[in-house]
Amino acid sequence: MPQLSMRDAINQALHQEMARDPRVIVLGEDVSGGAGGSSGEREASGGIFGVTKGLLPKFGAGRVIDTPISESAIVGAAAGAALAGLRPVAELMFADFVGVCMDQIYNQIAKFRYMFGGKSTCPVVIRMAMGAGMNMGAQHSQSIYAFLTAVPGLKVVVPSNAYDAKGLMIQAIRDDDPVMFFEHKALYPKKAEVPEEAYTLAFGEANVLREGDDATVVAIGRMVSFAEKALDGLAAQGIQCDLIDPRSTSPLDEKTILGSVENTGRLIVVDESPPRCSVASDIAALVASRGFESLQAPVEMVTPPHSPVPFSPALERAYVPGPQKIADAIRRTLAARR
Amino acid sequence: MTLSPERLAQVYRSMKLIREFEERLHTEIATGEIPGFTHLYSGQEAVAVGVCEALSDADYIASTHRGHGHCIAKGCDVTGMMKEIYGRADGLCKGKGGSMHIADFGKGMLGANAIVGGGPPLAVGAAIACQLRGAGNVSVAFGGDGSCNQGTVFEAMNLAVVLKAPVIFVFENNGYSEHTGVDYAVGSKDIAARSAGFGMPAEKVDGSDFFAVHAAMQRALQRARAGGGPSTIEALTTRFFGHFEGDPQRYRAKDEVAQQRRSMDCLARFRARMEADGGPLTAAQLDAIDAEVMAEIDAAVKAAKAAPLPPESELTTDVYINY
Repeated sequence: MPQLSMRDAINQALHQEMARDPRVIVLGEDVSGGAGGSSGEREASGGIFGVTKGLLPKFGAGRVIDTPISESAIVGAAAGAALAGLRPVAELMFADFVGVCMDQIYNQIAKFRYMFGGKSTCPVVIRMAMGAGMNMGAQHSQSIYAFLTAVPGLKVVVPSNAYDAKGLMIQAIRDDDPVMFFEHKALYPKKAEVPEEAYTLAFGEANVLREGDDATVVAIGRMVSFAEKALDGLAAQGIQCDLIDPRSTSPLDEKTILGSVENTGRLIVVDESPPRCSVASDIAALVASRGFESLQAPVEMVTPPHSPVPFSPALERAYVPGPQKIADAIRRTLAARR
Repeated sequence: MTLSPERLAQVYRSMKLIREFEERLHTEIATGEIPGFTHLYSGQEAVAVGVCEALSDADYIASTHRGHGHCIAKGCDVTGMMKEIYGRADGLCKGKGGSMHIADFGKGMLGANAIVGGGPPLAVGAAIACQLRGAGNVSVAFGGDGSCNQGTVFEAMNLAVVLKAPVIFVFENNGYSEHTGVDYAVGSKDIAARSAGFGMPAEKVDGSDFFAVHAAMQRALQRARAGGGPSTIEALTTRFFGHFEGDPQRYRAKDEVAQQRRSMDCLARFRARMEADGGPLTAAQLDAIDAEVMAEIDAAVKAAKAAPLPPESELTTDVYINY
């Protein structure tokens, strides 16, 4: 099976869906790049992260639309096009820019179907590059899926690897609900086996990467690979845990998480967003309210502190939860007694 | 307005300091020692300095992701900036901000900004503060041609006109919003005319001519200080590097930058003007400034490399004042 980076896996999903369905369009800043440039090259970037490469030459400027820097118009136009029967994939570039167009997302897109009594569909996908670790500072590094997860009407997807990213992207495009699609910048170059043919992964179905009776580790996005590293280290000491990647935070596969904790009695949640009102605290609350009888120890949340993302590498390293912090949390849970 | 030789020397020094700061960063970034994402200002120096020359520390500016030039023109400490860009504990923002978030409130510098269009509404707010204090101070909103398409910028311009706020919108039209040309992204192809549509005077100037920028700024300043409200200056300029360091710039013709370095170099034009004007500053004086600037940049880089990194305890300080 071919090895593809997450960047190329999402790119392949976009190519396949655009070829399959003429209603699929892509829009955003520099999704092809070079419009109005002096070199005359009309695909000068293919997306600032290279995810939309090759779409313009294949599908033309009518369906691959370079926009000015106008996030509200990009997202609003994508929503309007979706209401009018297209299936737009809008790129916001950095997830942090969601702040500029929040109204279009949470007052418009998220609420149409409910407000209009089920009459509308708004099958829009909004792609956002997220995450810390590249020293890009406080306004280019955030993991903001938690606040979109809190909005009824939005589906929220956070892939942790190339294989999942392709299947989830195809599902996102085919899904009739609006989907917020978060791509961790540090995962773009990471490769995995990705089948050539199109396939979908259902939302709300977690991936159980490892099985073990000692504890349940739930990790999101880039944190999944860090949790794997932590578990590799602990395996030598005979510690075996379930490792669950929810893949989508809305809908959330509550059943798999609760079922695992029922068996292990211990929960560690690893999340790259700050801890307050986060997906970590949401999952902790889920287990506290519906799995309390099973819990043998306090729930551990491994998250950054309640602070913005710092620039200096010395601070950013301490900000991002790493394998060591995850392993420490697992050991603490195992040592705790109720 | 004729500037004294002392002020002209200061202008040249400031432009040269920006140029060498950026050229040196370009070299240092290639070594991999500078973390993150850097957007260089080389080529646009006459705009920052032409706009800031007549401002005092009590006047405000709101800057952009390409903000080093604005910082230096407004008087920020070059060593403190360099340390910030290296992520050091004693950088201007303790290493927490980085290249895209340098601020210095003592200098009226309200911060570089990594959100395109983030600054102009802030500048209007600062102008309201100036209005209330009644001391005749003003506020400047810097933005690129990319920012002129943001809703926040439209809203800020309209609000400034409504309030007759003493704010000057400076659009540095360097031809590209990231990887897209201005003629594609600005539908009307005329930023100044669009500003005028909001009901404020707007002019287009040659952004590589310090004197043209300075003169336009004098007109805007007089109007703002006299209670005449906001103005727009669209400065036609260029950037000598990519959108960010590492940008392969495939959207630009191969020889474009080389040509512009010959024809649109504001420092070379300033020097030529000095000679044509019969030397309010002589070549020897300008050379002496060059040497001083090079030494200052060398010292700043050396100091930045030797400066300590922030301790982990700094991670959770400054989130609030108290909590």
